[in-house]
Amino acid sequence: MTLFEFLEPAFMQRALLAALVVGLCAPLVGIFLVQRRLSLMGDGLGHIALTGVALGFLLQTNPVATAVIVASIGAIVVELIRAYGKTSGDVALAVLFYGGIAGGVLLIGLSSKKSNVNLLSYLFGSLTTVSRFDIALIVALALAIFVATMMLKKPLFALCHDSEFAQVSGIPVKLLSMLLAVMTAVTVTIAMRVVGLLLVSALMIIPVATAQQISKSFSGTRILSAAIGAFGAVSGVITSFYFDLAPGALIVVIVIFLFISSIGFSSYTRRRSLRLQVR
Amino acid sequence: MQVKEALEVTNLSVHYPGRIALDNVTLGIKSSSVVAILGSNGSGKSTFVKACLGLAPIQSGKVSIFGTEFSHFKDRDRLGYVPQRIHDSMGIPATVSEVVESGRLSHGWLRRFTRDDREKISHAIEVVGLKDRENDSINTLSGGQYQRTLIARALASAPDLLFLDEPTAGVDLATQNVFAEALKHLVQGGTTVILVSHELGPLRPLIDRVIMFREGRVSFDGSPDAEAVDSHIFHDHPHSSSKPAEGWQI
Repeated sequence: MTLFEFLEPAFMQRALLAALVVGLCAPLVGIFLVQRRLSLMGDGLGHIALTGVALGFLLQTNPVATAVIVASIGAIVVELIRAYGKTSGDVALAVLFYGGIAGGVLLIGLSSKKSNVNLLSYLFGSLTTVSRFDIALIVALALAIFVATMMLKKPLFALCHDSEFAQVSGIPVKLLSMLLAVMTAVTVTIAMRVVGLLLVSALMIIPVATAQQISKSFSGTRILSAAIGAFGAVSGVITSFYFDLAPGALIVVIVIFLFISSIGFSSYTRRRSLRLQVR
Repeated sequence: MQVKEALEVTNLSVHYPGRIALDNVTLGIKSSSVVAILGSNGSGKSTFVKACLGLAPIQSGKVSIFGTEFSHFKDRDRLGYVPQRIHDSMGIPATVSEVVESGRLSHGWLRRFTRDDREKISHAIEVVGLKDRENDSINTLSGGQYQRTLIARALASAPDLLFLDEPTAGVDLATQNVFAEALKHLVQGGTTVILVSHELGPLRPLIDRVIMFREGRVSFDGSPDAEAVDSHIFHDHPHSSSKPAEGWQI
């Protein structure tokens, strides 16, 4: 048994690449959701993505591709409801999200692949079954998200920190809000193969929550959360290889462990700093 | 050549469900003047500012900035805005410098910052007296220091027309002093300032004109030395002083 035995199987190479790019990108989008107090947006869009997955089964095409399209349309509808809806925003969103799950379950029932195994692999992730097409799509979309968040980090920060000020400054707040929603939808769908639709928000939010315990700047939190996301995802996949555990759940447990550790670290440094001030 | 009004408002009305926030307001504000907008809570003064900046739904009427109707006004770098705000701790940490940088995005939100941008941002932070804290998280600032950060953000764009919505409400004396100095600095540079407040206080020497709102309408428009201004302040805010507090140097 060699040290890098986990790199030998082709499915592990694909799984590690998918985990790396998703672990890096999910917090880069998640940071803006946390800042806008929309932490559960990814969770909700995951529900809608389920309809897309089921549509893929029904149409006998790639479920990741259909999930990207359906979740993006869902994200645009969510954003329109938030911006213009007369119904209470959270009620309208709840209708849409639960409609997403119901639609997914119904469409799965209509498809020829009725097996629950298929559904479960998207609900809880199934990195070992990532195909070449999946990986190409995941990497291409992750790259697009990475470039977009790099180019738009300042206007997105302005939007999320104070949307009224951003509007007065001439920043197209509606367009950027829509773009952020679509980026969230895309992140959800590419992350669903890694951690699953039910755990996808964890990879977007927990690394950010961890980084903000340690960093004092927005850019520092951004970089650190991406590093934590990537570390959690890759180490989760490697550990799951050796212990034959579900990688998605393991990734989430690892980032939660890092989060709890960061709270301890932050508390220790705060107390130490106070003690030094007293002296 | 005729000097354009910095702000021209014609028959402006804003209605919210169940109440009229602004009722057919018409007024003009000349360039390089400093105008205080006074009024008690719910009088419509903050709604007026928001309507002028496209942040409140206008029922009827027109707002023009430097002679251009607001919906067609593209030179957003000429506008500055300090919102009414108490210290609101953010979920994500951000430094003073990162928040102030946002103020420079009105000069182009997709372009990279130039050396001039960096200098303007640094200068704005210096003007509000936060140079030593520019790399600190805003979550560690006091309410007054956070308000100064928002003022620096507005100053970073070097605006020609600055709207301030109760910038010194509930902040410490040190912040009020810094704010007065920053305002003086702007006025000397020819910036038009529209300041919403409950009272004039120590800013009185800088103010050219006072507009008072009551129930969504202009109830007074004139000199800051008029008796009506003092009677408003003492009537609505009996504990406030219209004279500069000790230590003010404007």
